[in-house]
Amino acid sequence: MARTIVVTSGKGGVGKTTTSAAIAMGLARKGHRTVVIDFDVGLRNLDLVMGCERRVVYDLVNVIQGEANIRQALIRDKRCEELYVLPASQTRDKEALSKEGIGAILEQLSGDFEYIVCDSPAGIEKGATLAMYYADDAFVVTNPEVSSVRDSDRMLGILASKSRRAENNEEPIKEYLLLNRYSPKRVKVGEMLSVEDVQEILSMHLLGVIPESRSVLSSSNAGVPIILDEDSNAGQAYADVVARYLGEEVPHRFINDKKGLLGRLFGG
Amino acid sequence: MGLLDYFRASRRNSAAVAKDRLQILIAHERAERNSPSYLPLLQNELLAVVRKYVHVDHDAISVSLEQSDNQEILELNIVLPENGQAEHAHQR
Repeated sequence: MARTIVVTSGKGGVGKTTTSAAIAMGLARKGHRTVVIDFDVGLRNLDLVMGCERRVVYDLVNVIQGEANIRQALIRDKRCEELYVLPASQTRDKEALSKEGIGAILEQLSGDFEYIVCDSPAGIEKGATLAMYYADDAFVVTNPEVSSVRDSDRMLGILASKSRRAENNEEPIKEYLLLNRYSPKRVKVGEMLSVEDVQEILSMHLLGVIPESRSVLSSSNAGVPIILDEDSNAGQAYADVVARYLGEEVPHRFINDKKGLLGRLFGG
Repeated sequence: MGLLDYFRASRRNSAAVAKDRLQILIAHERAERNSPSYLPLLQNELLAVVRKYVHVDHDAISVSLEQSDNQEILELNIVLPENGQAEHAHQR
């Protein structure tokens, strides 16, 4: 029985796809058979961030509509054999997704995989609500910025009321806060909401803080999930997130600006 | 250094301002989200009843549901006009 994780945020551009790619790769590298599904029908991008865009043959909608079976649509990652990608379709018809169709696919995958990571599109329309409907856990990706925090709170409301677990009166979806693009330096001078501020406002369990990092762009440029860049702060932070999610005790890092004067003068 | 402190202080405000604004907004949005769906209808019907006797504006009535530890309080607030009684007599 697989555990289904939705990576969501409400707001766009906060790092959902980057996070989905990173944690899926992280879970797989820890030996857990993982599939990551792109729910952004019409605007597929997970394939690009994962670096498998040229290997897409069939997609999520093909499977729902019976034009391909799930095995034909899954793309096996070339770097980690426990990881598979199920790309979104480029069709403009968002109605192609259905609750029953998604339910059937997740049911099938559930037998073969330990973790199913659902990369939600932005917004609160069909793709986003379907990505979270079947979830057991939600990673709410938030930037320390007013509109993102507000939208995250909106998503918490939707997670609590419009999921399968809510409808069946089951134990609610577990919500984890993932604070992304954090800049301790800017927090220190009062320019940016601190991790404590965001936690206090949203009252959520903090899974991790990902520092703002130039490596994220270079990684996506190359189609390499950031977690594989073990030298980068962001990559290490994602590795911590995966370990923490799996129950390991890992202290939070990258929250404080530790650089001294010399570091500030000479460091990047 | 004094000048630097000045700039730092003004910047320090922006995160604090963001936090204050978000806390107020989110508390409001959560209250709205968690209120039962019958509240607007209840408000309209109450208003109709009150209007039979006293002329009040639509926004003179508010209904809210507050939840504390183990009790729910339905609060009904009607602002009567100063000359409400007179208008009432007039309408009759």
